[in-house]
Amino acid sequence: MRPVAYYRPADSEALEAVLADSPRDVPPIAAKAQFLAGGTTILDLMKLDVARPEILIDINRVEDLAGIESGSDGLRLGALARMGDVARDPAVVRQYPVIAQSLSLAASIQIRNMASLGGNVLQRTRCTYFRDTSWKACNKRSPGSGCAAMDGFNRAHAVLGVSPRCIATYPGDFAQALIALDAQVEIRRGGERHRIAFADLHRPPGDHPDVETSLAPDEMIAGFFVPAIAWSRRSRFVKVRDRESFEFALASAAIALDLAQDEVVNEARIALGGVATVPWRAAEAESFMARRRLTPEVAEQAAELAFRHAEPRKHNAFKIALGRRTLERALLETASIEV
Amino acid sequence: MSPDLSRRSFLGATASGAVFSVGSIAPTAAQRSSTASGLAPVSLNINGRTHSLALDTRTSLLDALREHIGLTGTKKGCDHGQCGACTVHIDGRPVLSCLTLAVMADGRRVTTIEGLAGPSGELHPMQQAFIDFDAFQCGYCTSGQIMSAIGCVEEGRAESQDRIREYMSGNLCRCAAYPNIVAAVEHAKVQMRRG
Repeated sequence: MRPVAYYRPADSEALEAVLADSPRDVPPIAAKAQFLAGGTTILDLMKLDVARPEILIDINRVEDLAGIESGSDGLRLGALARMGDVARDPAVVRQYPVIAQSLSLAASIQIRNMASLGGNVLQRTRCTYFRDTSWKACNKRSPGSGCAAMDGFNRAHAVLGVSPRCIATYPGDFAQALIALDAQVEIRRGGERHRIAFADLHRPPGDHPDVETSLAPDEMIAGFFVPAIAWSRRSRFVKVRDRESFEFALASAAIALDLAQDEVVNEARIALGGVATVPWRAAEAESFMARRRLTPEVAEQAAELAFRHAEPRKHNAFKIALGRRTLERALLETASIEV
Repeated sequence: MSPDLSRRSFLGATASGAVFSVGSIAPTAAQRSSTASGLAPVSLNINGRTHSLALDTRTSLLDALREHIGLTGTKKGCDHGQCGACTVHIDGRPVLSCLTLAVMADGRRVTTIEGLAGPSGELHPMQQAFIDFDAFQCGYCTSGQIMSAIGCVEEGRAESQDRIREYMSGNLCRCAAYPNIVAAVEHAKVQMRRG
């Protein structure tokens, strides 16, 4: 690991000074100063020489970034809340099952005890060509250098939201649960806070795979807000992977359903993981399902629509069939939840 | 390490560029652009004993334990958070010491495999169960397995063999002693309740 300086702000005010002093000319992900929370992504990438920050800002002791608060208007999760704490929080388990499931199916118990929610949604891709610096071509790691995955071994890569410059899969699970519940992300700039739709946080790779979010250089994630809806209990996360535990998704689906009588869909929310470059909202499939009765045939058609624009490469075409079936299963299982 | 050496190292580091700082004053842009590493004063509470050290800021908790404090029971497997051999408890919870910087653990309560036995050397019920149930072959992953297994029982997640396997999935055993590990955890669960 390269030398790195370390700074630990004691409180919110000290953190504010750090944000105010951030350079404005680089995306946050390329800044010389990087935030350190759980450390499970940044320290791993520093050991691989993929991340090369010059200073780590340890935010673990900034108290107002932590916390899990559940109220009548919704659920507020601090950026520093740990995956494991949220996964076993009784109110989250009862009222927002898709969140609890997405977190408890991710990583290992040790990593869930360490990793923060803010870091979780910003975790970097597991693309081998990104993580191994002996591959020179990676537009995410070295902008403009090319993409070794395009004609390489791309079994784990994305089929949705791809660009000619990058097909790296967004690896997380929790982000999809947030999209299914129409959550907002609370962004902190200096002492100010504002909220945007979580679904607008991640940017598809396009021409700039190295810029992954809409965060400005002087902004950071302060937390997440999940609005209370009567039907959040009818939500579910389904994850399919190469092994049963401690593995990233090959295909996943986060679903929340508002069902009227006779299983007619008032509103469906569908987010897909393991198959796309960003946490993927299947908007076409959502609108198709509205006002239709949720039958196996309707689920199948919705899944068909969700992958209509999929662009497979040599080794990952199986993800289209796998992704469709994962979504079908998730829709039918969610519909059968008694609430 | 004498207190004098530790203080001198720290002063030397701060004089040469203030690369380590804690508190309410943010480092200036010039200081933050410094590429030099430095020694950080770290106070680690390991198994109830306080160790005051001056460490390179990059030092992982794992390397601090093994190379600086001499507690080699915690093992380095992959060093990337994928194998679980380095599992220790921080404030009572299983975490990976390879992906924790020693400075991050400053002032927190760390428990390693060496801290499990009782005052007169009697083994923790989980350690004894691993021996009694032959829950290892080469033994390299064992201290990490035991630290996770204790977390599993203490959190009430050892209700069934499936739950145990799920909780323990972050600890790999290349000798594949898994069936005996699960048996050891189930047995120790009862012993720990009695204790």
